[in-house]
Amino acid sequence: MRHIISILMENEAGALSRVAGLFSARGYNIESLCVAPTHDESLSRLTLVTSGDEQVIEQIVKQLNKLIDVVKVQDMADTAHIERELMLVKLQAFDAVREEVYRLADIFRGQIIDVTESSYTVQLVGPGNKLDAFIDALGSIPVVEIVRSGALGISRGPRGMLVPEV
Amino acid sequence: MELSGGEILVECLKSEGVDTVFGYPGGAVLHIYDALFQQEEVQHVLVRHEQGAVHMADGFARATGKPGVVLVTSGPGATNAVTGIATAHMDSIPLVVFTGQVHSALIGNDAFQEVDNVGITRPCVKHNFMVKDVSEMAETIKKAFYVATTGRPGPVVVDIPKDVTDPKVKIPFEYPEKVAMRSYQPTEKGHSGQIRKAVDLIVNAERPMIYTGGGVVLGRAGDELTHFTQKLGYPITQTLMGLGAYPSSDKQHLGMLGMHGTYEANMGMHHCDVLIAIGARFDDRVTGDLSKFCPHAKIVHVDIDPSSISKNVVVDVPIVGAVKSVLTEMIELVNQAGGAKKTKALEAWWDQIEQWRGMKCLDYKWSDEIIKPQYVVQKLWEVTKGDAFVTSDVGQHQMWAAQYYGFNKPHRWINSGGLGTMGFGLPAALGAKWAHPDEEVACITGEGSIQMCSQELSTALQYNLPVKIVSLNNGYLGMVRQWQEFFYSGRYAMSYMESLPDFVKLAESYGHVGMRIEKPSDVEGALKEAFAMKDRLVFMDFQTDPEENVYPMVPAGAGLNEMILV
Ligand SMILES: Cc1ncc(C[n+]2csc(CCOP(=O)(O)OP(=O)(O)O)c2C)c(N)n1
Ligand SMILES: [Mg+2]
Repeated sequence: MRHIISILMENEAGALSRVAGLFSARGYNIESLCVAPTHDESLSRLTLVTSGDEQVIEQIVKQLNKLIDVVKVQDMADTAHIERELMLVKLQAFDAVREEVYRLADIFRGQIIDVTESSYTVQLVGPGNKLDAFIDALGSIPVVEIVRSGALGISRGPRGMLVPEV
Repeated sequence: MELSGGEILVECLKSEGVDTVFGYPGGAVLHIYDALFQQEEVQHVLVRHEQGAVHMADGFARATGKPGVVLVTSGPGATNAVTGIATAHMDSIPLVVFTGQVHSALIGNDAFQEVDNVGITRPCVKHNFMVKDVSEMAETIKKAFYVATTGRPGPVVVDIPKDVTDPKVKIPFEYPEKVAMRSYQPTEKGHSGQIRKAVDLIVNAERPMIYTGGGVVLGRAGDELTHFTQKLGYPITQTLMGLGAYPSSDKQHLGMLGMHGTYEANMGMHHCDVLIAIGARFDDRVTGDLSKFCPHAKIVHVDIDPSSISKNVVVDVPIVGAVKSVLTEMIELVNQAGGAKKTKALEAWWDQIEQWRGMKCLDYKWSDEIIKPQYVVQKLWEVTKGDAFVTSDVGQHQMWAAQYYGFNKPHRWINSGGLGTMGFGLPAALGAKWAHPDEEVACITGEGSIQMCSQELSTALQYNLPVKIVSLNNGYLGMVRQWQEFFYSGRYAMSYMESLPDFVKLAESYGHVGMRIEKPSDVEGALKEAFAMKDRLVFMDFQTDPEENVYPMVPAGAGLNEMILV
């Protein structure tokens, strides 16, 4: 099963490579990985998407927790959560195709953020499967490139990930 | 007090109670060596190869329970240390390894003797740090010792760019009294509900088995384990790493389990109904084929590392906590319950176990002509009264050491179990001897392994470390040859070594005593003579049966009940 895992880490040099190294060393797969600072400068938040059976995911969470710089790990599948991903798609768009892209973007609540005589660039936000559906819907429209941020996740409700006290 | 980075490092070591650093100098650490030179509290042992330094510190740590400390230079100094660091990591040995690094301004420029130490060691350390500024030195070192020695112990690397130890840059020094890390808070105390659940299962077992590992040694819980086991009257088996925590000579002890474990231990594992795993990690050399592992058992697993639990084998009652603390609570509850309840069933279980034991799986064929390696280990036990610190290298001799030297105390059996590093034995023995100058220290080795770190014979002379080397010289990379005999129709590809050195002369050229022993009738006399030379290192080159195999054996991929007996 696909899992979104959120990680709060000490904002130290090399933090990302500890996580990436763990996944390659133990043969876990990473579908996507996002890293950015948070409102607390001392922390950075990583969101990764991985897949595996229950036992594998349990090991992933434990192994992540074992990294000395990891402050907190949360498997988003354990709580009600919201998933969002940003995608930018550059398409070849001539003649009638321009109309079609415009229409599709509208249906998927996307925005056209760059236009040339021969191309449209569409921006789309949503859960991964919605972005996949958009790509499917493009059908024969020629894609120049696709850039995806990888999924982010946040729990529903008033509470955030708790940082343990020292 | 204003100090330079190098001086701060030395002061930190003093504050941590470190009396010895094992190391080797080079450009990037010269400031640190200069600071070490100007004081006397912290001694330095100069090795002959950085791998030797790490194994020595490791042997010191295993023999004492204290962290071992290493200092090496950047580049090749650090890369030479990597095998030692990985060895310690696999066996959870607390080390703090200081590696020099090039000047901060040069990092990333492919400078002379630059390697990415933090990157290279990342997968084989518990944690690593780079000290970016002299103001971070003291706190980083405090954290390094804290991380290395608490929770599940392990090696920590501290990488120090040369400018950080510049003697001209002095800052006020104060060693932090405490360290607190929000991201690292190991669990000591086990969950009391889980402990109660476990004890309920344990006292009601009909065919119980206690299976313990290196965690009991590392967690200094030998006394608690012994008390717990004897109160219950249950059979116990220990892993290669756990030997000695429970006295081997006690009748409840079934010997080691796993690939070269005893028949009774492995059959006991296979047929038990409750398995009590303590400080052990279900390594593949222990479990054999996982799908056939302990098919009838409910499993209790106590371990300080949550990631060890349900990693290879899914368990029924997991307990995360320090073995000592959890066992103490368990003993209390076992006492309250009045000990084991199913005494009738337990009697029948012991009858069954005695039958298995009756197979005498460790018997071997005696020869009057040729020395049997097992016999040498048995005689070593007798001559040292079973009380020596024994290190080993890796191969058949390691298994014979584990099988035939019945360890009765923890910390006395020192071997590279996890990584299986040939070359470990001699430097580890020197580290143990350094820690315990008045105790007997023996290194059981093979003619292959000893050549991987024999340069440390020189260190042994310089620091007067009179260990006894017991080389079981079969002229083969024996363990490799055994697998080739069993699984490759006897095609001995590269497992025979020609042109071996004359080990007697080798020992002599390093200033030690060498002996070559060829006849079974000379074994005991040679050992006695060697151990009588209290202040000399003696290299005993025993010419042993070249084709002797380690039995019994669970072939890779088989279940524990599918042993080859002879
Ligand atoms: C550094 C290293 N290289 C290779 C091996 C693989 N290996 C395991 S046992 C062994 C043979 C060891 O020979 P020897 O030291 O003579 O011991 P014996 O098995 O003959 O007792 C080898 C090559 C290893 N464990 N470590
Ligand atoms: Mg050999």
